Amino acid sequence: MEDKQYMDYIHTHAQKSSHVTTLVWAFLVGGLICCVGQAFGDIFKVLLPNWEQSKISALVSMTMIFLGSFLTAIGVYDKIGIHAGGGSIVPITGFANSVVSPAMEFNKEGIVLGMMAKMFVIAGPIIVAGTVSSVVTGFIYWIVELIR
Amino acid sequence: MKIGKQTYFLDNKVYIQSAYSLAGPYEAKGNFREYFDSVMEDDEWKCKSHEMAEIQMQRYVIGECLSRVNVNPMDCDVIMGGDLINQIVPTSFSARDFRTPFMGLYNACATFGEALAIGSTLVNGDFDKVVCCTSSHYATAERQYRYPLELGTQPTPESQWTVTGSGAVLLSKKQGNYPMVTGYTVGRVLDFGLTDPNNMGGAMAPAASNTIVTHFRDTGRSPDYYDMIITGDLGRFGRETLHYLCKKEGYVLDNLNDCGSLVYSDEQKPGQGGSGAGCCSLVFASYLYKKLIDKSLKRILFVPTGAMLSKDSALQGESIPGIAHAVVIERED
Amino acid sequence: MEIFLGYVKAFAIGGLVCMIAQIFINKTKMTSARILVMFLLLGVVLEFVGAFKFIEEFAGAGITIPITGFGSTIVKGAKEGAKIGLFESVTYGFRNMAGGLTAAIFFGFLFALIFKSHSKKV
Repeated sequence: MEDKQYMDYIHTHAQKSSHVTTLVWAFLVGGLICCVGQAFGDIFKVLLPNWEQSKISALVSMTMIFLGSFLTAIGVYDKIGIHAGGGSIVPITGFANSVVSPAMEFNKEGIVLGMMAKMFVIAGPIIVAGTVSSVVTGFIYWIVELIR
Repeated sequence: MKIGKQTYFLDNKVYIQSAYSLAGPYEAKGNFREYFDSVMEDDEWKCKSHEMAEIQMQRYVIGECLSRVNVNPMDCDVIMGGDLINQIVPTSFSARDFRTPFMGLYNACATFGEALAIGSTLVNGDFDKVVCCTSSHYATAERQYRYPLELGTQPTPESQWTVTGSGAVLLSKKQGNYPMVTGYTVGRVLDFGLTDPNNMGGAMAPAASNTIVTHFRDTGRSPDYYDMIITGDLGRFGRETLHYLCKKEGYVLDNLNDCGSLVYSDEQKPGQGGSGAGCCSLVFASYLYKKLIDKSLKRILFVPTGAMLSKDSALQGESIPGIAHAVVIERED
Repeated sequence: MEIFLGYVKAFAIGGLVCMIAQIFINKTKMTSARILVMFLLLGVVLEFVGAFKFIEEFAGAGITIPITGFGSTIVKGAKEGAKIGLFESVTYGFRNMAGGLTAAIFFGFLFALIFKSHSKKV
């Protein structure tokens, strides 16, 4: 049997993800996490009336990251992730999950070379992409300001 | 004695004198729950790390397998086996506690087949007692090949669940009411260019089909010569694919089964079934060995399958080659 | 009533963003790191072309809680810094990331000291 024929067989016969269930799960869980974030934003606005909007939203992010980290630590987030998929990966809690889970996993190899060194095996690309895009966009904005 | 291209028959009788299986907590709720010799209550087993638990598992299984037939580990000629973890640490570290010579093997999930083939050849020759043992552990394999345990990833429907468990057998010249290894077909590494590391059943099925078809061509036997043809960890989809591939070559395998797709019950829903080096050794040392002892199975073709990938090879865009070894296990009439 | 409507909008848009991610996961077998980078860059682009502001006005947390919000704050910082000088233009983006990063790293460190990872039980 030729390689290509076999690949075709695999592609036509392999079990596919059920789109409807996974999409509904992702939608519900993702929407729910966003609502929790919205609620924290509203609460902080009432509690801290003197704070500017950008600081409030940073505080909301930090709170959500705390929640994501905590749920990861007590072993709940990975169970949500089995069903929710994208719904629990894309919110900022998913970013927290991707930092905390390797930190917990590699803690066994020691604190310095295990946990601290490997904390970013999954989240590293996000920080790199964020920093690079910060520098690139910042530079473009600077040139635009210069021309003005 | 060499038969055909890749098949060897053993001239002397090689008995499987003893077998012992240890299943993880999740496997213990599966289809073979009443066949396991012992069960771990949790998968850490009071060890500091999951890797240490796997070392402890192998040590326990080898020890119990030998003490069951009152054999001192020092009387064994060699312990051979392997697992999936870096530099086969669990097997070699468990062997340091026995004063027995040791040979480490690696053929991914097909290691148990490789161990049976080499071990039976040694016993066919001058060796007297050889222990074959493999293990796998869900948590250590997950770290080795995939992601941290707590990362919220979604398993794809093709993916398999690494079996937590270990099985050991003792091959010896001692006669008795035991099943025998009578021959084996050594498989080739075969690559059909699959790159999805989740779909290992599809990657291994061509190697399994090649080995099985070669075995039938070399020996001139037909599939119904065996009571059961049982593969290692192809999973449900891989098993269907293997059936289809063999049918194309002219062999209809009606008695085909797969350890991986049988080990978990339907309610457990672990994707395509179990996988791992411990999957086939666990099922062999529990269910198959007991069925062979009470003669409800008399001849089986046991085909452990392996997918030879590493995390880095998959990232570098390499495809996944597969391997399978077929071992003939028979009862004297 | 208006507050309630805000929650409905956040739920709908947030769910939609996650659903798009799920489509990518199902179709391309992307892993979580790639998905996160992709949506971060999506946030960067949306903010850079100026579309993010309008979505945020409509959906609130529905677009800021997904990682796209992280991308947008980076560009906001860069824009702010560019008004001051070259040094500020390339560093203020990272300054805006600081809150989230600090929380993630600190809580990661803290929880990893206290908790151990366990196998999934399905």
